[in-house]
Amino acid sequence: MMLDFSIYRYNPDVDDAPKMRDYQLEVEDGQDMMVLDALIALKEKDPTLSFRRSCREGVCGSDGMNMNGKNGLACITPLSALRKGKIVVRPLPGLPVVRDLVVDMTQFYTQYEKIKPFLINDDKQPPAREFIQSQEDRAKLDGLYECILCACCSSSCPSFWWNPDKFIGPAGLLHAYRFLIDSRDTATDERLNNLDDAFSVFRCHGIMNCVSVCPKGLNPTKAIGQIKSMLLQRAV
Amino acid sequence: MVTNEASMKRNGIQDYVSTRTTAAIMTAFTFFMVYFFVTTSVITFEVWQSLFANIYMKAFTLATLISIMIHVRIGLWQVLTDYVKPTGLRAGLQYVLNLIAFAYVAVGLFVLWGV
Repeated sequence: MMLDFSIYRYNPDVDDAPKMRDYQLEVEDGQDMMVLDALIALKEKDPTLSFRRSCREGVCGSDGMNMNGKNGLACITPLSALRKGKIVVRPLPGLPVVRDLVVDMTQFYTQYEKIKPFLINDDKQPPAREFIQSQEDRAKLDGLYECILCACCSSSCPSFWWNPDKFIGPAGLLHAYRFLIDSRDTATDERLNNLDDAFSVFRCHGIMNCVSVCPKGLNPTKAIGQIKSMLLQRAV
Repeated sequence: MVTNEASMKRNGIQDYVSTRTTAAIMTAFTFFMVYFFVTTSVITFEVWQSLFANIYMKAFTLATLISIMIHVRIGLWQVLTDYVKPTGLRAGLQYVLNLIAFAYVAVGLFVLWGV
């Protein structure tokens, strides 16, 4: 069976403008494979094709890309999950392209840095050995800590496309809530102060693109709603 | 944190609450008007005039017009900051659109109190 691919190609050192290039890949009938495996096979034919990948099992978040119009991780997206016909592969939208499917994630990480993605504790009562959490408190982190920062969500969010310098984006806000809700963190007010403006959180209009593309099945919109509630409760 | 100056001194929480409370008033007005049209078999000039001659209806309509103005002001500021990046052009558009939104309220006020 011959599979058709249309892949975004752009090498700023050589090309004046990006273009889509067609590829064909022979696979055995009935055989399925992940998009990443197909890309690796295509790269053997055309070594100039560039993309990021590392763990190849949906853990590292390196190979986020846009496949048939939807962001996802190439390593855990089977070809069978994509529509019949030509498979169109593009880089993550909204981020500057370094080359082919490789994007510059500086804006994404800059926003992530802003939320101080680490536990802050005033150390007034330092634990002897470890910070103990109740099972209930620990359960609050479920659905939050699993984010692998692949940027599939933020790069599918129009609010992040238009204001990548001001809107934190779904991934950053999911992490922000992960620390806001952490019983061991004592910087809740400081964190909320940093988010209390017209752009950082409130540029989310709840369109839920982030939820529909998250390869880990997380719900950034819900976390953002919780942050909005926390800001609101503090204000009234 | 994005500074107040960078966001034209807009307050995220205030805008969030304002858009929702004004939306509630606009929705209530829409439902009321739909109810009025559905339950009124024949709408004549007299029926229409008597509806808006009621002081409560005047106040409700005025509240709706003001809600639209506030909602539009916040919504269009968000749309413009998304799509119009040159600051001067955005400020000009905001000025014109806010003026139009205010004009609707002003004209509505005169129309209502003329009934």
